[in-house]
Amino acid sequence: MSATDQESETNGSANREPSDRADVCVVGAGPAGGIVAHSLAERGHDVVVLEAGPRFSFEERIRRMERHQRPAFDQSDVWEMGGERDAFRSSGDLNYPLNDVRVKGVGGTTLHWIGYTPRFHEKDFEMDSRYGLADDWPIAYEDVRPYYAAAEREMGVAGGEDNPFAPPREESFPMTAFPPSHSDSMLGAACEELDITTHSIPQARNSEAYDDRSQCVGYGTCHPVCPSGAKYSGDVHVRKAEEAGARVLDRVPVQRLEHDDAGERVEAVVYATPDGTEHRQEARQFVLAGGAVETPRLLLLSESSQYPDGLANSSGAVGRYFMDHLLHMTMGVVSEETRQHQVGFSTAATHQFYDHEESTPGSFFVAFLNYAGPSPVELALENGAWGDDVVDAVSREYGTHVGTEALVEQLPDAESRITLDTSRTDDHGNPVPDVAWSIGEHGVRTGERALEVQREIMDEAGARVTWSTSPRQPLSGSHPMGTTRMGADPETSVVDERLRTHDLDNLSIASSSVFTTGGAMNPTLTIAALSLKAADHVDEDL
Amino acid sequence: MELTRRDAIAALAAAGVAGGGAVLVASDRDRGPESNDDEGATNDAHEDIVETATALAPVLYPSEVDDAAEFVRTYVTGRIEDDDDHRTGMADAAAALDGHAAEEFESNFRELSPEQGDQLLTDVGLDRVRPDPAGSDLERIRFYLVNELLYALFSSPTGGELVGTENPPGHPGGLESYQGAQR
Repeated sequence: MSATDQESETNGSANREPSDRADVCVVGAGPAGGIVAHSLAERGHDVVVLEAGPRFSFEERIRRMERHQRPAFDQSDVWEMGGERDAFRSSGDLNYPLNDVRVKGVGGTTLHWIGYTPRFHEKDFEMDSRYGLADDWPIAYEDVRPYYAAAEREMGVAGGEDNPFAPPREESFPMTAFPPSHSDSMLGAACEELDITTHSIPQARNSEAYDDRSQCVGYGTCHPVCPSGAKYSGDVHVRKAEEAGARVLDRVPVQRLEHDDAGERVEAVVYATPDGTEHRQEARQFVLAGGAVETPRLLLLSESSQYPDGLANSSGAVGRYFMDHLLHMTMGVVSEETRQHQVGFSTAATHQFYDHEESTPGSFFVAFLNYAGPSPVELALENGAWGDDVVDAVSREYGTHVGTEALVEQLPDAESRITLDTSRTDDHGNPVPDVAWSIGEHGVRTGERALEVQREIMDEAGARVTWSTSPRQPLSGSHPMGTTRMGADPETSVVDERLRTHDLDNLSIASSSVFTTGGAMNPTLTIAALSLKAADHVDEDL
Repeated sequence: MELTRRDAIAALAAAGVAGGGAVLVASDRDRGPESNDDEGATNDAHEDIVETATALAPVLYPSEVDDAAEFVRTYVTGRIEDDDDHRTGMADAAAALDGHAAEEFESNFRELSPEQGDQLLTDVGLDRVRPDPAGSDLERIRFYLVNELLYALFSSPTGGELVGTENPPGHPGGLESYQGAQR
């Protein structure tokens, strides 16, 4: 039995039989599933949460941090991703590193996220009206605004009022912003010369004790592990949901959904337990919260004679319009110490380029890294040397790095999509997801502009640029989105403005998969806000 | 530069062992003539690992570090006290290292001088060996002994200072140091 198995057995419900009666069945125990489950359980509804991955113990996080730092382990070892369970194919223009950008387990991908929580801007909901690009969302910023405020309170967001480019807000952040770093002051001075305004970054990380969780203590390994729990992760709300009466089953991947004879309602989800036994969980309402890859995959796997192209897919949009944020980085060195890797998160950025006049280049923002260049601990262990030689080797590589990163908007494209790869199956015999990611010319041109701005800042700061991405070869921002898009028209979208599928009366989706367009802001706060909105609508229907 | 017991406890925290110092005190006190045979064997294994690690420290650690014996003893004891798998891995790696020492110097590693120890690690090519807890003898020596002790050193504030940071990744050193230009 692995350590994780033991954690699951000791901390989780070893009884994986279905509940006799459930008002709501939530599929996925990441931040979206946890928030939905908590919101509904708190209102007295009987909630069952089904999670494909394990329940990780909090105490083991520090060992996971060590795995992250020691070169004997791969990054996928930290949260035990990979293998048959997580098999996938990447067949698009760009390789998509799916298992590097997700975690399966109670808490989901927020177990390894970095924790930034900006709101989307008004323009992100109005891309067609403003620029003639893609589609408008069926809801506006004003509709989401109260949910943003609630999500910031729920997650615990530290932020400042110093961002002149941020959308309007109604109240202060729950916690004060993290102060800028030493290297922020170096790059910030360069920005001042360039008339670029910089500001703090809102993030779901405790700048003071909050919600019975510790203040950040500076482990410096936020991505992929926060041993102190100062960084919000979805297990916080899963635990609260359980305290409110929800039942959470781990290691029970859902295999398919089954609908009634009329094809109007979901009757049950079929899930498998670790020994391979399948069970049916019935409920009055169902919420899919498995992220922008597994959610469309599950709908496609749930084909029936009535829905031969997959459930909730009469539009044909399920799996299509797959987007990510394009991550562009520019790294360099300067002639003085930059104090990197003291913390694992950024503390300054500029959103000055986000709200643009012309349609293209589109939105992006630039942030300064506090973890540029190699970590001194990892260098010491990877170099091979010992004694005075290892100090010399680390000192040569660590100390003077600076870096910037930009998240860049791409537009939805029907051919950028998730499909089923029937040539390969997972550990339960289901076709694996095929990710065909393409970024389009809008993304390329916006990336070019983001790289120009980064280069200007680095040059002005006197940095010698050592490496940067190229406009057509961005990194994944680790933010999959768009694959069950929201829209008013059932012919072209999967869910409506209530986050309910057009096709099935009792099936809702809480995920970045509902984003009509993706903007360039980190998506998790918007996921949380829409999850709270979805929970309200499900509650109305119960 | 002196590595203290406090540094060892900080390093143990980075390795997921809380209260490492308290563990050491308890284990020292509990050892005695009344121990039964199994406990005696376990204590011997503990001591072999600790002695080997202590002998490795002057080889692995930079010359600026004056005396690492107490640091290593505290760290290693805390690391293996309640972790059977890690204790087995370290004991196994120490035995493998002794095997190489016997081949070249007809002696256990802990009886070699630091110069002989350095010569041995160089001769077996350990600078080119990837760490692997389930790998070959040399890969396990690299993982359980060499990288173990380097991780202990460089995840501690004093070890971090050697390369320019008082708050290395893995050490919960607070929120002050990242804001300042000076150490």
